[in-house]
Formats: sequence, structure tokens, C-alpha cells
Amino acid sequence: MEHLTALELRKTISAGQISCVEAAEEIFQQIDRLDPIIGAYISTYPHQALKNAADIDRRIASGQPVGPLAGIPVAIKDNMCTTFGATTCASKILENFYAPYNATVVEKLLAADAVIVGKANMDEFAMGSSTENSALKTTVNPWDTTRVPGGSSGGPAAAVAAGLCYAALGSDTGGSIRLPAGFCSVVGLKPTYGRVSRYGLVAYGSSLDQIGPITRTVADSALMLNVIAGHDPADSTSIDENVAPLCDYLEKLDEPIEKLRIAIVPHFNAGADRQVQNALYEAIELYKKLGAQVIEVDMPYLDYAIAAYYVIATAEASSNLARYDGVHYGYRSDRARDYIEVYSKSRAEGFGKEVKRRIMLGTYALSSGYYDAYYLKALKVRNLIRGDFARVFQECDCIMMPVSPTTAFKMGEKIDDPLTMYLSDIYTIAANLAGIPAISVPCGFDQNDLPIGVQILTPAFTEDRLLRIARMFEAQTDWHAKKPPIAK
Amino acid sequence: MPEKIDQTQVKKVAKLSRLELTEEEVQQFTVQLSAILDYVEKLSELDTEGVEPLAHCLPISNVFRQDEIRESLGTEKTLANAPQRDGEFFKVPKILDDSSWA
Amino acid sequence: MDHLQYKVVVGLEIHVQLCTKSKMFCSCAVEFGQPPNSRVCPVCLGMPGVLPVMNKQALEYAVLVGLALNCEIAAFTKWDRKSYYYPDLPKNYQISQYDLPLSAGGFIEIPLESGKSKTIRIIRAHLEEDAGKNLHTAGNFSQVDLNRAGTPLLEIVTEPDMNTAAEVRALAVELQRMVRYLGVSEADMQKGHMRFEPNVNLIIAKDGIEYRTPIVEIKNLNSFRALEKSIDYEVSRQIDEFFETGKTLETGTKSTRGWDDVKEVTVLQREKEDAPDYRYFPDPDLVPVQLSKEWLEEIKSRLCELPIHKQLRFVNEYGLNDYDAGVLTADRSTAEYFEQVVAQGGDAKRACNIITQDLLKLANEKGCTVVGLRIPANHIAQLCKMVVMGVASATAATTITTIMSGSPDKPPEVIARERNLIQKSDVGELEAVVDQVLAENPKAVEDVTSGGKKSSKACGFLLGQVMQKTKGQANPKVVSEILAKKLE
Repeated sequence: MEHLTALELRKTISAGQISCVEAAEEIFQQIDRLDPIIGAYISTYPHQALKNAADIDRRIASGQPVGPLAGIPVAIKDNMCTTFGATTCASKILENFYAPYNATVVEKLLAADAVIVGKANMDEFAMGSSTENSALKTTVNPWDTTRVPGGSSGGPAAAVAAGLCYAALGSDTGGSIRLPAGFCSVVGLKPTYGRVSRYGLVAYGSSLDQIGPITRTVADSALMLNVIAGHDPADSTSIDENVAPLCDYLEKLDEPIEKLRIAIVPHFNAGADRQVQNALYEAIELYKKLGAQVIEVDMPYLDYAIAAYYVIATAEASSNLARYDGVHYGYRSDRARDYIEVYSKSRAEGFGKEVKRRIMLGTYALSSGYYDAYYLKALKVRNLIRGDFARVFQECDCIMMPVSPTTAFKMGEKIDDPLTMYLSDIYTIAANLAGIPAISVPCGFDQNDLPIGVQILTPAFTEDRLLRIARMFEAQTDWHAKKPPIAK
Repeated sequence: MPEKIDQTQVKKVAKLSRLELTEEEVQQFTVQLSAILDYVEKLSELDTEGVEPLAHCLPISNVFRQDEIRESLGTEKTLANAPQRDGEFFKVPKILDDSSWA
Repeated sequence: MDHLQYKVVVGLEIHVQLCTKSKMFCSCAVEFGQPPNSRVCPVCLGMPGVLPVMNKQALEYAVLVGLALNCEIAAFTKWDRKSYYYPDLPKNYQISQYDLPLSAGGFIEIPLESGKSKTIRIIRAHLEEDAGKNLHTAGNFSQVDLNRAGTPLLEIVTEPDMNTAAEVRALAVELQRMVRYLGVSEADMQKGHMRFEPNVNLIIAKDGIEYRTPIVEIKNLNSFRALEKSIDYEVSRQIDEFFETGKTLETGTKSTRGWDDVKEVTVLQREKEDAPDYRYFPDPDLVPVQLSKEWLEEIKSRLCELPIHKQLRFVNEYGLNDYDAGVLTADRSTAEYFEQVVAQGGDAKRACNIITQDLLKLANEKGCTVVGLRIPANHIAQLCKMVVMGVASATAATTITTIMSGSPDKPPEVIARERNLIQKSDVGELEAVVDQVLAENPKAVEDVTSGGKKSSKACGFLLGQVMQKTKGQANPKVVSEILAKKLE
């Protein structure tokens, strides 16, 4: 059953060719074999998963209805709260935190009869582009175990790429789904801000965070989005379905968009490695063959996206992470002599370097005397960036650009140079600032056989079209079908 | 080029952030944060006169819940993750002063 | 220094807990006096991943108070995070309102002892969430109870327009009466529903120059008495300090002092060297509130006549004195009850007497309000008529109300009849009794008719005989008139 997609597995299960328990067992065998090398999971739940799978098998056998993900083994990033296991955010400060509630997406997965096999590794609190900032685990890229899987959803992406699950949920604040998807040759979708409930997603940058699927194919992405999208009364920033109607993302997936108008931003793309650019333009050539029209546009404010992002995201993070203080839950330093030291020592010992750096940066940006120059300025630039997109989308259906300027880099290569690391996000960040959906689709490999992804962006709440555009490419290529040698 | 942020400021920000930093971290952060702030400085190239700050991407307002009670966690679950507890309370070292502010 | 010229300047920061059923941003019950940490959920515990959702009722309550305080209600208002670390604040930020408060620029009229009123300007009134409680009674550590965390709180800030402790008290009492009238808060100071923090300083004239003393903020005030006393204390303390140290607003520092209810002194808690840096920024988890004209009108329609206006109207319309009108209007339901009694034909002054003297006493004994006695207003109106018509004496009325409080459904006539409390005023009936008494007591009759010093005593004797024969039910006024006529 190896290398089936989630949709294919679903058909195989419905056809009675494999049971849910067998599918889960195979995944756990694969995890046992490969995860000691890959390190995708922080925790796995074989007992619970097999029990749930057996229950679904029973329901199938007795003719009861089952959900759209019945028996499909999935992984979730360890920043989504679950009542089973710890929810660690790959941080020492939450290593022993047991949430008393499930994130809305977890409830939705369970209601869809997905079998959750484990919680995957990530950069601590989703801060990073390589998953090297995990305090608990090292995850390597299945395509080259000396390289990073990308981040911050490196665990979910590596797990999907190595066949340690059929699909996964990641979170994306500045590219954290798309970048590792690109590095690992899988499909990563960041939905429109507000499309998927954030309730139970441990916040990093609240106005940017969005949960999305990481899958082997575009169709699987649509399948997962069908399950997780929708309004949630527990999330004030989730969109009312009357305002932005939902649809069945699988329904018209295979219908190509006619006379597709693709925008490209040549000066911006020029910042990427030659091989990444080549793969992008080859992908665009393919769209042209399918009848697409390519329009070169100028988006002058994109160059400011990283600067704006690292102010806004860190400002929000400095506040979101204030709650980890050793008082009500989480790690408490035993060196604290008074309650102030409970804060300062617990946080000093509990947070990793990158998290501290971002808390410091964000605190600085919000502090008296700097607020206007940094935070307020960044919010204004954010508006300009959104304006850039609005203008382009008036004449184009989508924008295509690289996912990242390079392919997967070596472990340790950028870890001591935060700014260089931040620049890995140059192509992904703008979608978060503008709140629009974007997808990363495998589009080739470089000389080192490292995956390259193409990124497609469309207007807010047009995931249906975004997925169809992505599917047009996937249907004509077989990049997505390639597996890392280690997983074979 | 003068550094964007000096060690005194780094220490002040660390205090505001409730992070105890080692001397080494102070030095490291001073260099790194200065580099990042230098980069961020490019925002000032843009004329944002008259541009509204965009805090929310979604054009939505007035999201409410009705004033209805739902069951709470209960004391045990509330305290289940507490690093230290005293009976039905969270326990912290004695709060002697009132320095709740930065 | 014998004629020290100084002026007291006081502004208030007031926190009023709103009496919604559930908390501001989650569905936990707002209940006083519950077991510690029993009214807490992941949201008000500030757990990772949780999100706030606004309580509509709390917002409408806050708007009502804003309207009653004659404020401008903002058409657009938003939420901001106020950052500070304290164990009773689980997120280490408080959701509050910074630059766009719900309401601003109003005033409140407070009644003065002279019968006149004074206008105190309101700077702003905004909505926020309350913190939990730190308890320091347990020995060498502190305890945290989060039951209160997340309770809707209205913060009202006045201009420093009060110049005496009595005025501060008057404002506090008036505000209590107002919010209770509006039904938005129980406003019990002991329970912390209403918390006053006065900012006090003095303008001292010395050698033709005006000096301002440093501003002191007073905390820990749990009663109106404490509020008043603390200001009196602070005034004398600041005078002493000024003459000792000469420190002024410019040369000294702002400080916070706590009120010691036992020693009746203020104690220095902290001196503010510089302003705290709360790093306010818009809460990305909450969306703004836009109050449409229609919605505002709808809320406005729920506004009732304010107590101070009602009090004034009772004086003008019903001819009550200011004191009685004040007693009647202290509680909205009592004032409304009074008006119902009047509307049912009860004489205003009688009704006032019965309510303020008899019913309030009974209600206090029972620990309820006048309305809580459940005596129908028309019964009290009837009782008023009985007193006016001479059917019941004032003494009988007291007895009747006491019985009514035990059997609220019994009409006063029935009670009067059953208990023989009806006063006989029928001239014909009483004339027969008088005639009989006169016939039986010729000596006394002679004493009266002959005039002289025994006349008055004999008259009293005859009246007494009539009262005895009627078992005390005769209307003494009517009997006196008959006696006078017959013996002239």
C-alpha cells in the first residue's frame, strides 16, 4: 500500500482491499523503520490509533456511515492542542503540557474519522524555517538527511514525504507550511486567513497564523481542506460562511481554468537561485501550453514584506508568549527565589534562542518610543502590500513565484545567522501579510536531487480556484509521484 | 555604523520580556537584533503618509457570543498542569511588592 | 500658617464589574464566593491556543453606562492588549481598550448635601477583563485564584473635579445607584464589584504662590466610609508632608498608597519613577465593534430615568422632601413601586411614609427589597386610602403592613377587619355610643359643661369611655367632634 495517496487509500479501504487497522499498522511499521532516522514525530499514538482504526473498521463492516477521512492515517503539527498526549510546540517550556481540550481542527479530523498517528516536530513555537529550532528533536530532510526539512512545519512535511502518514496538518505564519512542503517535495496549502479555525492552534503571530494541509497531491489537499475549513464560533477571526461560502474543493478539481492569467513579478523572482528560477519558468511554460497567459507585473512593496513581517509577527509573538511564565502551567525553574524570578528564570530556561530573540524583537517594536517607527509603520506597509495584491488580482487570476530562494540547505548552515534564515521566507511571507491563500506544489529538482516547489497565490477565499490551478500542473507532471530514496 | 540597539536597551527589553539573559546572550542579542533592526529600517524608505495601519486582514466586525454559561473545567482540571499548587490554588512565591508593571 | 489656604483635587479611576451571566470572553459563570479556581476554562486560564469571543451583553451594558454618563459612544471601537506580568493575569496581558474607548467625554451629576448638584466630567469609560486574585494570607507564599479572571469590567475615569471627601463619596454613591438602576452591576463595594481608586493632591497657597503636592493614588478601599476617610487622611498627610519636605508635583514623584482599614491610614506601596510600559497594541484575536445608529438607539431605549432625576422629580411632582425622595430613589424598584402605589390612588405622602418607615424596615429584616416583600402595590394604595379616610390609624397601618409582609396576598381591609383594626368614623353609630356614655356619667358631663379647671380632664375621661366601649376602634377625632358638639 506504500505510496498511495490519501484519496487512493480511501478508495482501497472502501473497496475492502485493506482495513483501516492494516493501513495504520503499515504506517507504524514505516515509522518504526524510518523515524529513528527522519525524526518527524515528537509523539506517536499507536495504541489509540489502532483502536480508532478498529472502531472505524467495525462501523464500515456494519454498514454505518463513516467520515470522509475514514481510516486515513494523518499527522498533526505539535502546536495543535489535543486531549491525548502533550502539546509541546517543540519547546521545553511546554514539554509536559497536557491540554484539557482539542483544537477545532483536531475535532474536525476526528469527526471525519481520520486516524491521528502522531504529533510532528516543528521549530519551537513555529519560529523558524528549518525545524532546527525544535528543543525536543531533530528532523532531517528525507531527500538528503544532511539537510533541513524546512520549517517550521518540518515534521509534518518530512512525515508526508517519507510515507510516515498519508496527510498532515501544519501551520503557516510566514511560510511554515509551504517552505517545508517545497523542501520535501509535497503539496502545502496555506488557506485564506479566516478559512480554518485557529482555536487550539498555539498562537505565534495571531493575525498571520493559519492551519493548512500538507499532502502528497493537490487532490489530497482539497480532501483535507474540505474537512478542516469552516466557520468556528470559538474563533472570532474565522469567516462567516455566508460571507465567504464554502464549497466542495474536490468537486471541480479536475476542471482546468480556461484562459488562465498568470502574474509574475520578474524582479522579485530574480532573487532566487538560478535552478529554482528555471524550475519556476518551466512550470509557467507548461501553463502556457495549457492556454495560460502570462503577465509581468510590478509589485514594489513585496521587497518590504520580510521587514514588515518580522516586526508584526514578533510583536504579536512577544505578547502571545507572555503566558508561558511558570505559574499556571508549563515549565517552572527551580532556581526561582521570588515570583519575578519564576517568570524570568522559567522563561530563560524554557525558551530556546530563536524564541527569545523574537520575543525581544517584538517587545522592542511595541515598547514606548518605538511603537510608531516599527509596529505602526509595519502595519501601514502591510496595507501597501495588500494593495499590491489587490491591484494585480484585478487583471490576473493568480500569481506564481518560487516557494523559497534556495532548495533545502545543510543542517547548521544558517542557524547562527538569524537574518539570513529569515530571508528564506522572502517568497512566502507576503501571502500571510495579505491574508490570501497560497500553495506550494512540487515542480522539479536541482542538481543535487533536492526538491523545488512552485508557489501559486490567488485572492482571498478562492481556494477552489487555487487548487484547480495547482491541479492543472500536477495533472501534467509526475514530480509529486517521486519518492525520496530512503522511503522506497 | 552605530548599532541600532545597545546593550543597555537589550537589558531593558529583556526585563520587559521577563527573560533573564546571560552576559553572553546580551552581547549576542545586541549584535543580532541590531542587524535585524538595520534590515527592518528599510521600512522607513516608504512614504506611508495617509496609509491606514492594517491590523486585521479580514473586513469583519461585531463577532459576539450570547451571554450564556457553559461548564467550566473544574478545579482539578484547572490545576492539572500547575507547576506548583496549594490545595485549590496555584502557588507562587510570596508576592511582596506590587511591581505588576514593567 | 493659621489660615492655611488649600484646595483638594481628586479624580477617580473606577472599576465596575458588570453582572453578566458569563465572563467577558468565555462562557464561564460570573459568580462570587465559589470554590477557588472552579469557574475557570482554558480561555480564562489563558491556555495555549485559546481565543476570546466577546460577550454581547457586556458590551451593551457598557454602552448603557456610557449613555447614562452622557458620554459620546464610539461608532467604531476595538480591543487592545495591555501587557504586564502578574500571577493573577494568566495571559500576562489584559484585554482592554486603549486609544479608541467605547465611550468618552461625558459627565455625571452628583447630589450635594445642600440639595444642589455638581457636575463631574467623565474622561472615558471603557470595557476590559478583570484579573483573578492573588491571596497573601497563606504564609511564605502567595495563592492564585482565577475565578474572577475574565469578568467584564467597566473602567471609568473622571476628571479631577472633586474638591472634598464628601463629593467623592457622593459620586461613589450616585454611581452605585446609577449602575444598579441600569441593572448592569450589583455594585457591592465589599465584594469588589465596584472599586474606587482616587488620585488625590492639593493646591496649597503659600506666600502668594500656589504649590501642587505630588499626586497619590489610593488603593484597597472597600467601603464608602473608607473612601471618604482615606481622602480626609490623605489631605492632612499631604499638608504635613508638604511643610516637612516641600515636595511638589514637579519635584516629587507620583505614588500609590494603600488604605489600612484598621489603622485608618494610608501606607506607601510604591513610587513611580517613570511610567510603566504597557506596550498596548490591537488584539489580533478580536475584531472591532461597529455600533450602528439603529443598535445604539435600541440600547438607548433601555435607558431608564436616572436616580438623581427621579429624586428631583419626586420632590417637584409629589411634594416630598429631598431626604424622603432620596430614600425612595436609592433603589430603582422601590422608587417604581412607590409610583405604582401612587398610580393606584395612594396619597403620595402616605405612600412615602408607609414605604420608607414600615416597608423598608420589614424588607431590611427579611433581607430583601421592598418589592421583594411581594405586597401588591394596589394593596398599599388601598392602605393609604384607609389612613387618609380615617379607616385605619397610622399605628394600625404599621400592624397591617407587618401582617401583609407575612401574607402578601391579603388585602388591607381584610386584615383590618380580621384584627379589628378598623377605625369607626360613622357619626351616627358613634353618636349612639357617646349618648350612652354621657347618660352613664352625669358627673363628668357636669364638670365639662360647668367649665372650670376640671373640664378638660373630664372631656378626656368621656373620650376614654367611648374608646373603651368601642374597643379602641372609634376614630378619636370624630368622637372628639361629637363630644364637643353635644357638650357645648
